[in-house]
Amino acid sequence: MRFLKPTRLRLYSQIFFFALFLLLLLRTEFRGSLSSSAQEIRLPYPVGLFFRLDPLVAISTALASHALYKGLLVSLIILIPTLFFGRFFCGWICPLGSIHHFFGSLKSERKRGKQLLDSNRYKRWQNTKYYLLAAVLVAAALGSGILGWLDPFSFLVRSLALSILPGTNYGLQALLRLLEQSPWGALRGIGGALHFVLGALVLNFKQPYFRQGVWLGALFIFIVALNFRITRFWCRAICPLGALLGLISRWSVLGLVKDSAKCNDCNRCLLRCQGGDDPIGGVAWHQPECHLCLNCVGECPEHALHFKLFPTQQTAGANLQRRKLLTGLAAGAAVVPLMRSTPGFAAERHERLLRPPGSVDEEFFLARCIRCGECMKVCPNNALQPALTQAGLEGLWTPILVPRIGYCETSCVLCSQVCPTGAIWEITAKEKGWSVDVGSTSKPIRLGTAFYDRGRCLPWAMATDCIVCEEWCPTSPKAIYFRPAEVFDAAGNPKQVKQPYLDPARCVGCGACEKACPVQDRPAVYVTSVGESRSRSNQILLNRRKG
Amino acid sequence: MTIPEKIESSTATLSRREALIRLLRAAGVGAGAAGLGVWLSRRSSRPEVVIASNVKRGHTVAPNPALPEMAIIEGDDPAQLARQAVEELGGMNRFVSRGDVVLVKPNIGWDRTPEQAANTNPDIVAEIVRQCLQSGAKRVFVTDVSCNEARRCFQRSGIAAAAQAAGAEVILPDPSRFKEVDLKGEVLTRWQVFDAFLNVDKIINVPIAKHHALTGTTLGMKNWYGILGGSRNQLHQRIHESLVDLADFMRPTLTVVDCYRVLLRNGPTGGNLDDVLLKKTLVASTDPVAIDAYVAKSIWNLDASSLPYLGMAARRGLGTMEFEKLRTRIKTI
Repeated sequence: MRFLKPTRLRLYSQIFFFALFLLLLLRTEFRGSLSSSAQEIRLPYPVGLFFRLDPLVAISTALASHALYKGLLVSLIILIPTLFFGRFFCGWICPLGSIHHFFGSLKSERKRGKQLLDSNRYKRWQNTKYYLLAAVLVAAALGSGILGWLDPFSFLVRSLALSILPGTNYGLQALLRLLEQSPWGALRGIGGALHFVLGALVLNFKQPYFRQGVWLGALFIFIVALNFRITRFWCRAICPLGALLGLISRWSVLGLVKDSAKCNDCNRCLLRCQGGDDPIGGVAWHQPECHLCLNCVGECPEHALHFKLFPTQQTAGANLQRRKLLTGLAAGAAVVPLMRSTPGFAAERHERLLRPPGSVDEEFFLARCIRCGECMKVCPNNALQPALTQAGLEGLWTPILVPRIGYCETSCVLCSQVCPTGAIWEITAKEKGWSVDVGSTSKPIRLGTAFYDRGRCLPWAMATDCIVCEEWCPTSPKAIYFRPAEVFDAAGNPKQVKQPYLDPARCVGCGACEKACPVQDRPAVYVTSVGESRSRSNQILLNRRKG
Repeated sequence: MTIPEKIESSTATLSRREALIRLLRAAGVGAGAAGLGVWLSRRSSRPEVVIASNVKRGHTVAPNPALPEMAIIEGDDPAQLARQAVEELGGMNRFVSRGDVVLVKPNIGWDRTPEQAANTNPDIVAEIVRQCLQSGAKRVFVTDVSCNEARRCFQRSGIAAAAQAAGAEVILPDPSRFKEVDLKGEVLTRWQVFDAFLNVDKIINVPIAKHHALTGTTLGMKNWYGILGGSRNQLHQRIHESLVDLADFMRPTLTVVDCYRVLLRNGPTGGNLDDVLLKKTLVASTDPVAIDAYVAKSIWNLDASSLPYLGMAARRGLGTMEFEKLRTRIKTI
């Protein structure tokens, strides 16, 4: 029966959900098919499943938008068992929790003997997460999705997708190159076989690159490394989802019962305690902190600990301090107006704030976007990048299109498919409207407008033929047109070249021209956000308004 | 190595033997380091890009005066057109021998559907693949270096699925498979080339006829842009010279221009079905210059004089632009 021990079952559950999470994350990518000619491209897996299981995302989106987007209702399913059994989600399902569990259980110089026991006793600072939860929920109610900075799935997906996985891909490719170029045939054979297997499973077709990747990765590694000092510091002190589930678990009917008469203060229950919830005898058990990992029950040599339905023993709640809670609420209430007191949000939009196709207007976008990075992971052209300051401090890690890295593919709407909150509203390729069918009257979605820098453009400035931008322009009729012009080269000889112009009535702002421009460092044609169809104010032409 | 638990204080001096061993050890490490250093410093040279050697150029077969040099076929079924055209030129057996490794190069450049006519018709590609295999080809590859995202192009063009079903090995342009090659051209010298194109026995060029703003039209010779990686967006600056350099480098066994659906305007990307003309024609030829000259004239009424690359290619001996002088078979099915 060893395999059916409760802690074993918990381990299997953790492995299963972590593997599922990783699989879905790796499949948040268009890998293409050589045997299918399907023209409507959608991801076959429910890659956003874990966001659908995150009640915090549902609640904050509901606070911000007064509605629940797509499958977010599903997340309430998690709340029901939480009402009965407490924070089992943290201990049994959460993939970030499982990562912390794994690293927290590794031996560490900083956690030996008495230090380890002490580190696993309940601490007042574990309440920080409740204050953070209060702050991010108030911010959500005031229309800012900054909760995504702290939401565990946002944090995990963002860190893995934008940093850890691309880094892993780079490392594996380097290893394969080393093997495949080795002078020994055997190694080359192993390299080839490995390449085949890894290529089918994990390797990216093109190495992805993300701005801020190194910081996002370093932050993740730092948070994970904290486990070597304090087990599951993130889960105990920061995680706002853990806080939410902890508060709900106050009503849970399953509880730990301590037989104080049997307890001989051996402290073994503290050795592998995940939540820091004081399972030892003599003090109250902190129910909202417990992850239901069940380690304490198994460790107790006197069998003095049991989980029981409808326990009668007194337990400790979150025990929030009113003053700190008010501080948290006030912080959340203050931070949004503060961040919006800059002209960037209202009057002075960053010209390169190009949002993915389908995005709602900036005000709603900032409220809904949880900075999770799913859209950036799925973009086949690596075009979506985490913003640093382009969307203001508030918009840190929200997606922006960077055409120099990649343009927006004409028929692709994958980012809108994976967005869990409707910041990028789900659209079809037809609604995107870049590849027009005969008789189509609907207006296309525009991301911005292209402009020429004639001082750098080859036919304008250097008497050289080019118009690659015109070649790549995906609209029909093309937004880029040209006129033949007679120019003079350096020797004074007349020369005929085709000089490009842009028709703003047709430009959709996809950025293909900017990507294709041969002026490599600062392209001679570039896209800015003006004219984006999601905005009513960020416009130029009277006759180009939409709706 | 274990750390001794207790260090005994000792005043005993080292024996002569032990001292000698220590000296030898130090000398050995010193000599090794010096030797390695000298060896490495001898190896020092300015980093250079490795140029791929062993590149096969020219895939033509011997001319046969008894057979036509160009076939122009009209009809309803794209696959049948391809079959008939090759038949007129002497059958695929003339071009592909038993055991050959063949590469079929369609245009899979754009994220477009077959109806939008920005990529080669999948049925034509599949038929060519089938014929190569029937003629005893050992392997048939189908690939292209797409402009738009390659996996979307391969899937949405319908070419990958059709070619694979016909028995071809479809290869995506894996960025790690590009090699630096000396093209030995006038403007194109060293360039990144997809290695799938470098070592095959026969190459069949299967472009689609499209409008193109810079040259007026994009046909067979322009299709060779799709072997290149690197900054090919620079080629427009000397488009005619680079087209000829590429055609000189490739020299295909056979060129089959898909004119089933012709993109008349807004090429080479298209997108609008209004731009597409259903011409239901297919042209095949062993002369890569003449076929371009013919299609340009017959669809866009462009004379060779307005397409300077044709004359340049003819002068370099790649073919003739006087397509009227070719032995031509015209047929309607």
